[in-house]
Amino acid sequence: MDNIPILKIGSALLVTIQVDMHDQLATRLQEDLTTMIVKSHARGVLIDISALEIVDSFIGRMLANIASLSRLLDADTVVVGMRPEVAITLVELGLGLPGVKTALNAERGLTMIGGVSGGTEDDEDDDD
Amino acid sequence: MATATVASDLAKLLADGENTIIKGWLTALQKTGDGRISTQEVESQARDLLRALTKAVSDGATDVESHSFNDVRAILEGFSRSRALQGFSPSETATFVFSIKEPLFEQIRSKIKNAETIAEQTWAVTQLIDKLGLFTIEAFQRTREELIARQREEIEELSTPVVKLWDGVLALPLIGTLDSARTQVVMQNLLESIVREGAEIAILDITGVPTVDTLVAQHLLKTISAARLMGADCIISGIRPQIAQTIVQLGVQLNVVSKATLADAFAMALTRTGRKVTRIKTQASNGGTAPPAAE
Amino acid sequence: MTTEIVPIKTGEDVVRVRQKVRVRATEAGLSLVDQTKLITAASELARNTLDYGKGGEARIETLAAPRKGVRIAFCDKGPGIPDVQLALKDGYTSGNGLGHGLGGARRLVDDFDIKTVVGEGTTVTIARWKR
Repeated sequence: MDNIPILKIGSALLVTIQVDMHDQLATRLQEDLTTMIVKSHARGVLIDISALEIVDSFIGRMLANIASLSRLLDADTVVVGMRPEVAITLVELGLGLPGVKTALNAERGLTMIGGVSGGTEDDEDDDD
Repeated sequence: MATATVASDLAKLLADGENTIIKGWLTALQKTGDGRISTQEVESQARDLLRALTKAVSDGATDVESHSFNDVRAILEGFSRSRALQGFSPSETATFVFSIKEPLFEQIRSKIKNAETIAEQTWAVTQLIDKLGLFTIEAFQRTREELIARQREEIEELSTPVVKLWDGVLALPLIGTLDSARTQVVMQNLLESIVREGAEIAILDITGVPTVDTLVAQHLLKTISAARLMGADCIISGIRPQIAQTIVQLGVQLNVVSKATLADAFAMALTRTGRKVTRIKTQASNGGTAPPAAE
Repeated sequence: MTTEIVPIKTGEDVVRVRQKVRVRATEAGLSLVDQTKLITAASELARNTLDYGKGGEARIETLAAPRKGVRIAFCDKGPGIPDVQLALKDGYTSGNGLGHGLGGARRLVDDFDIKTVVGEGTTVTIARWKR
């Protein structure tokens, strides 16, 4: 039974979910994250679900739980990389992922985490 | 229903009289035909059908749905499919099959002496050809329906373009009625574009949508929710006064920012993504025609 | 139209059900979105069978008429559902994924049928067709 690796990127933690998650794996992930958030003083958690073809209520609950845990530890949670068909299905299912912020990719997600400036540099080209 | 002996007699008739039958058949077809298909092609199709028919009947089979008639059905299926795609009418297509009756009856009358046998054979042929004619018409119908479905899909695809207005800003000008099927296509197009372009904001412009009822409103809501779940935000533009009234009356909560025009929505999208538009200061040129002073 | 029976006794079985439904759905030519909806519904119901039905099995079959499709029946000999209407009603606006998830699963499929007897068990059958 393997663990899901957690990487540190600046002041954030990055988790990439690639395997089909079952109960023990999900519980272990939540425990590991909680420990690491405190240990590394992380300001945010990025969860990359771009490899997930299916997100059901079990995964949805897990994501919402992680968001709640992080919030208690003063960190933001951003879920990134949701596939279109997954988004369509979640809407139909009525799962709103409460308390979970979302972004298209990890790069955008990082800008949403508190403490990092929402950096849009002043490009002259943008003004054409 | 013809018995096995009637069937094998028929088989012999068909085999022996192939050329005569084909000749008679083509003559009948020429009377009704309009020259869209070349005579050679018609002749080759007629011959293929007659041969397959002869073989099926010689097996003693009389049921057109049976295994022995597989080849016959395949030929008729292919034939009516190509006629349907070329724009022939169902009657014209079925006439190809029905026209074989005349030469067949001729063949029966000339080769058989016994009156009762003539009657039996004529009846057997009539039943057989009628069933094959009906089969042809149904195959024709199926092809037509497939064609219509495919064309409808293409129209749906064409009428839901996603436009990139700027880096990270997409616009979806919706035109026409939004039904369930179309909304699926629209939603998928939009979401896939969001991923592909890395859009932060999607503008749904409904200036071209004539009416909004509860269903349409729900469809819009679902599209917006899905986009949000993926990390993009939405702005609606082009809500006309009547539509605004309808939405309020329906009690639908469109929980999204709404702007009157696509231009307004675009301006807002630019601001939201940290940009602004400024006027370029014109420089006075050295001699020549000086540009008019910027107002 | 071979029916495959998958026992549902552990979390890994839920994963197995998803994988097998994926294979059938692809064979039946369902679009990506429709496949995703079907597999997600199957996942929900498989979990229900495990969590509420005390384990059971999934019966997966490919359909051919009137169109191609996939049908799955989730059967358990658990406590049954006392108020089906209530179980079907949950979750659309609250969206927190609690409860049986039946209402949500129903919205994801073309055909939905539920037979339940308190004290004897539950069978939920779902199906999706190729458009």
